[in-house]
Amino acid sequence: MTPTLVEKPQASRPAPRRRRGTAVRARRREAIALVMPSLIPILVLSVAPLVIALALAFTDARLVRNPDYDFVGLDNFGNLIDNALFWDSLRIGLIWTVGVTVLQLAASMGLALLLNSGLRLQGLTRVLALIPWAMPPVVVAIMWQMIYSANGGPLNAVLGSLGLPGDTNWLGDFSAALPAVIVVGVWVGMPQTTVTLLAGLQQIPAELHEAASMDGAGPWRRFTAVTWPSLRPIVTSITSLNFIWNFNSFSLVYVLTEGGPGGRTMVPVLFIYLEAFKNRNIGYAAAMGVVLVVIVVFLLALYLRSQFRHDRVERKG
Amino acid sequence: MRFLARPAQYLALALYLVFLGFPLLWLISASVKSSRELNSLDVSLVPNEWHWENYTEALSRQGILHSAWNSLVVALVSTALVIVIALPASYVLARLRGRVRAAGVGWILVSQVFPVVLVILPLFLILRTIGLADSLVGLTLVHVTYMLPFALWMLQGYVSAIPVELEEAGAIDGASRFTVLRTIVFPLLTPGIVATAMFSFVSSWNEFFFALVLLQSPDNYTLPITLKMFIGGEGKVALGPLAAGAVLAAIPSIAFFTLLRRRLTGGLMAGAVKG
Repeated sequence: MTPTLVEKPQASRPAPRRRRGTAVRARRREAIALVMPSLIPILVLSVAPLVIALALAFTDARLVRNPDYDFVGLDNFGNLIDNALFWDSLRIGLIWTVGVTVLQLAASMGLALLLNSGLRLQGLTRVLALIPWAMPPVVVAIMWQMIYSANGGPLNAVLGSLGLPGDTNWLGDFSAALPAVIVVGVWVGMPQTTVTLLAGLQQIPAELHEAASMDGAGPWRRFTAVTWPSLRPIVTSITSLNFIWNFNSFSLVYVLTEGGPGGRTMVPVLFIYLEAFKNRNIGYAAAMGVVLVVIVVFLLALYLRSQFRHDRVERKG
Repeated sequence: MRFLARPAQYLALALYLVFLGFPLLWLISASVKSSRELNSLDVSLVPNEWHWENYTEALSRQGILHSAWNSLVVALVSTALVIVIALPASYVLARLRGRVRAAGVGWILVSQVFPVVLVILPLFLILRTIGLADSLVGLTLVHVTYMLPFALWMLQGYVSAIPVELEEAGAIDGASRFTVLRTIVFPLLTPGIVATAMFSFVSSWNEFFFALVLLQSPDNYTLPITLKMFIGGEGKVALGPLAAGAVLAAIPSIAFFTLLRRRLTGGLMAGAVKG
């Protein structure tokens, strides 16, 4: 009896398996047909350029008609080590990125908490809060140039009427320009972060807060014990994304200051753009771009690792 | 959460409102001020006299209307293409498991990390080789490619929300996979498609960097580039018409985003958080 029992299914197995095999193949063919239209532009205009960019970084290519370029090995990277201007711009880029990302998170957290606490004027606030997200970066830059204008600008007018110095040339002053640009970056990025945090806040069950207050937890204790731990995954992902987006953002700073005054707001993407399209050294510029990617990935890995480690420690404790 | 008493909360909210809303108010106010008032040191939000001529001047400035038309064409065509291309792929992304999905989601994330400034160098060379560097066709293709990851992400979130049982019911009735997609899945996706399309339109309409690098002849400029040229090239610029042009450029985006409001707070992040 036992052998037949074992044999029976064995005997009948091959047929369905073959049928399933053709079904899987048919499904795969369907899937490929459905994906192909997306895949082609991505391969041609996104993956290929990326691969070529990596290759360019090892050449002395210049942006001229009929270019002819040679493989130069690691020369570009070697030259980069001595390029003080590049490292200076990297330092500025990190101040810009970390400044904007951290302030964005803090400001957005405050706004999200306010929007989640049943105040009036919610509708108006939510519409207004989306406007910076919607506006074209060029318009944002034009707008803030007017706000920051040294004479006739509303910011200086307000400061002047409060008895403070009202003649700062915000975007033209060596020490004021970078902070001024960072504020605009925060303004632009706040909506998306706020909306994300708000969605997270609304998913926290009210019972958790009730339980915490029954245990006598005050507002701050409830924030640290209930809200923040529940939001952690969302905070980690939106912060990582903001970090990348801010590091790579170009248009805003380009239109606001073009990297000035005296290179004080020369973020790395702007530096690379000028190297490629003004100095026409695209090989060198590509090498800078590669260094940039490596640094971003490294910092991101560091941040994510610390977050995960923190999670594990918390779960153990 | 109640860190602060109600009055303090309203005060904080008011500060946020001023921070978020005042710059736009100021831009609108500047767009209806005469140049005499804009250059005076007497600063006020409400204009002394309403100077609507800025708008007619901005529109009659050679370039603004023409480049707005360019922007509109690029945005409409690239939005249509993105939807047509992304719709089937997002279905695969949402429904199939395993390596296809992993590769797709992986690419969507990786594409965020690489700075466009690195990609633009070879992209410029490729487009120049096929003669599309200084052309709206080339710009449209680039917009489609770089809007795709986000569109795929958004749409696959909406597909995941459709119960598989509906499709199975269709299949049992003898419909082929493509019939199921056409008659069951895509109609249910309409709200998601509308939201994704509006978002794509705004991305393309607002886009600055690719247009800056790729377009060289003023005839091809999109609106953001023309506005930038007004500040840069002509030295001391007439602020009133510039503000008016900026307001006009922002109107379509703000209108769409206001319509999208609910989806942006709900759908978009629902997909993102779940992923």
